[in-house]
Amino acid sequence: MTAIPMEHGLALAVALFVLGLVGVLARRNIVFMLMSIEIMLNAAGVAFVVAGARWGAADGQVMFFFILATAAAEVAVGLALVLQLYHRFHTVDADAASKMRG
Amino acid sequence: MSHIFYISAVIAVAATLLVVTRTHTVHALLYLVVSLLAVAMVFFTLGAPLVAALEVIIYAGAVMVLFVFIIMMLNLGRHAVERERAWLAPSAWVGPTILCLVLLAELFYVVALGGGAEAAEAATVGPKEVGQALFGPYVLGVELAGMLLLAGLVGAYHLGRREALGEGAEEGPQ
Repeated sequence: MTAIPMEHGLALAVALFVLGLVGVLARRNIVFMLMSIEIMLNAAGVAFVVAGARWGAADGQVMFFFILATAAAEVAVGLALVLQLYHRFHTVDADAASKMRG
Repeated sequence: MSHIFYISAVIAVAATLLVVTRTHTVHALLYLVVSLLAVAMVFFTLGAPLVAALEVIIYAGAVMVLFVFIIMMLNLGRHAVERERAWLAPSAWVGPTILCLVLLAELFYVVALGGGAEAAEAATVGPKEVGQALFGPYVLGVELAGMLLLAGLVGAYHLGRREALGEGAEEGPQ
């Protein structure tokens, strides 16, 4: 029943965040980019919960609540945008929408 | 309890790495679900059972179902039968299944250890404390989260509806 060091939890959060960041930077499929953004939000939530557990406070979990609500709203709008992109350009490549008009 | 944390953390990182490196969307999605389940296990070992349950229900449940819906909608009509047959091939589901079985073994281990309350760390912050914090000092944040979700709902509806109106909207000024 030894407590988990906070550094290890934060290391997990950093690893997940970096993986998500690499996913956003490296992939051009917009569905993968959305998934990577979810991973990064989740990693931020992990960091909050680890910090909250370190101090035995509920605030970290409350922050995770808000991150969860943000992620849910973001994914709803993001997936609607994916549908729009696919409908207009018939691809899910993010570079297809790199040109602005006007 | 700490070795369960480390096993879950390794599973989470490995599954996330596989998410980023897959070429097929559905495979990546399966690994992403495994990753979220592993993170839920991490939350449980950290003494945050409410957040662990929410991670499973909302992230691994609702959000991933949205992703699955969209992927299925995008793939509509393009030789769908061959695709489905390819998705059911063992190579698609063996990896996530193995990782999930490790998580399941951990779950059984925790239950055998004496259930949630005793198995978790001594400094467990239960649902009651979180609820009191949410509706005490953070009540404004809860209202803002509700507003955000409503805005997300309206925005998603709006974006999805313009697609349903047809291609005529493409020519108009944006």
